[in-house]
Amino acid sequence: MSPLVHPITLLFASIFTSNILLANFLGMCSFISISKDQKSSFGLGLAVTVVMTITMVVSWAVLKLVIEPLGLDYLSFIIFIIVIAAIVQILEMVIDRLSPALYMALGIFLPLITVNCAILGAILFMQIRNYNFWQTLSFGFGSGAGWWLAIMLLSSIRKKIDVAPVPAGLKGPGITIITIGFMAMAFIGFSGMLSVQ
Amino acid sequence: MSPLLLGPLVVALISSMLALIISVTDRIVNDYGEVTIDINGGKKVLTVKGGSPLLGTLAFQNIFVPSACGGRGSCGACKVRILSDVGPHLPTELPYMNPQEVAKNVRLSCQIKVKQNLAIELPEALFNVRKFKTTVERIRNLTYDIKEVYLRLSDEAIAAGGISFTPGQYAQLVVPPYGEVKESIQRAYSMSSTPQDKEHIELLIRLVPGGIATTWVHQHLKEGDTVEVVGPFGEFAIRDTDAVMIFVAGGSGMAPFKSMLNHMAQTGQWTNRDIWYFFGARSKRDMFYLDEMADLAKRFPNFHFVPALSEPKPEDEWTGPVGLITNVLDSYFKEKIGTDKPMEGYLCGSPGMIDACIKVMTSNGIGQDKIYYDKFA
Repeated sequence: MSPLVHPITLLFASIFTSNILLANFLGMCSFISISKDQKSSFGLGLAVTVVMTITMVVSWAVLKLVIEPLGLDYLSFIIFIIVIAAIVQILEMVIDRLSPALYMALGIFLPLITVNCAILGAILFMQIRNYNFWQTLSFGFGSGAGWWLAIMLLSSIRKKIDVAPVPAGLKGPGITIITIGFMAMAFIGFSGMLSVQ
Repeated sequence: MSPLLLGPLVVALISSMLALIISVTDRIVNDYGEVTIDINGGKKVLTVKGGSPLLGTLAFQNIFVPSACGGRGSCGACKVRILSDVGPHLPTELPYMNPQEVAKNVRLSCQIKVKQNLAIELPEALFNVRKFKTTVERIRNLTYDIKEVYLRLSDEAIAAGGISFTPGQYAQLVVPPYGEVKESIQRAYSMSSTPQDKEHIELLIRLVPGGIATTWVHQHLKEGDTVEVVGPFGEFAIRDTDAVMIFVAGGSGMAPFKSMLNHMAQTGQWTNRDIWYFFGARSKRDMFYLDEMADLAKRFPNFHFVPALSEPKPEDEWTGPVGLITNVLDSYFKEKIGTDKPMEGYLCGSPGMIDACIKVMTSNGIGQDKIYYDKFA
């Protein structure tokens, strides 16, 4: 049985109250390293959103049509990873051909996303929460958009931190992780308003 | 069906289906058809299959842009100016570019995919670069640690005209895997043969303790072996002026000057210019080609050869100049050459020697822009 949560509620919940990055701390590595540059952050956020939405829907189809009917739940990790890798590969080729400008903005981030744990994490949430199609679609898009929002916010904050008098021992990743902690607390303030399941 | 069989089967099926979709997409999406590459404003027009990086596409057409890393984007050597619009510089290119190069749209050819018709600019000299199959005709010991390696090009290469280069250029020797060394590498050596001898390439190779290529040459390479050589490369060459030429070399840095001087002897070029050649070594056992150089000095009154030893041994019975090559150079400027004429400096040797000589030359009135050198570590 799918949970009784409206897809639109789920969309907002996954962006704000259950932000995949700030509530679950998934997709941290690229979040910390890329967020020092605002332009790259925008590109990576966009790429994560696109890949997240598409892989989520495809994985849902594979889950419902292959994994569950055949009782292969124990293989779902491997299958999801293969699906993500293949979709990223295809997406890279198609974007390169159709829109060189978009490829310039996204292209170099796509291979990074293959190993972004936020994607696999969101897919596994979808599996254990047993979402239906529309819930999956809005949760996928919402999680991506939430990740995008979080990295844009962090990169803006880091721009200010760059010129702030940070103690030498905290410069770079140190102060960044503390900042992320504050951001997470602010986002958790919304929790209880909306629910993901 | 047993789950033991079902699991792998399903994973294999899904993987192969995805692989199929990828290769079909690749076929459709990456088919750029035939495109043309226009080099140097119509000097050469290539018709090639699109979809691959420019570096490899050019190499397939026998145009070898220098590349040390083999197209991984980690050496920054394969720079090419692209006149067509191929989009902004990639983050993988920018670390190797200075602002002038970015402004002129100089790109790393290994990072640029050939998708549409391109117009590019290449140094003319690159058209001459070939990969030659050669046979070792002779290896001679010049000193205890420097070998003269004389290579004969394959018959096909000779039939196709042999090698063309200007004295001072270098070639890359392809060292195959041997012993503990598991990968083929290439190392650059100045050619000491003359352009008149189109059938041979001569290299002077000094043994560097622990060096992969030099150890191979000194301990494994035998007469009769076949080796591959890629070249010619480089812009180290005599400039076409009337200025006095000051050559300074140490050790195997002799190579480009041997080529230049023999070229002079064979063609009569540059014989009207004053040439001073300072050659530094530690003691007599590091000295070579003394007779050859003395011969040239006898035939050409404008050519002066100054060999100098920094630490002569008593048994050397050395009567020539003694001291570091920089000191000898400095005193010759002050006492014999003078500093009032237009002069050009040509240097070949270790980075330390070159930097020290540049200082001596600039303090004696040779402009930084009139000093040309080939640095090798």
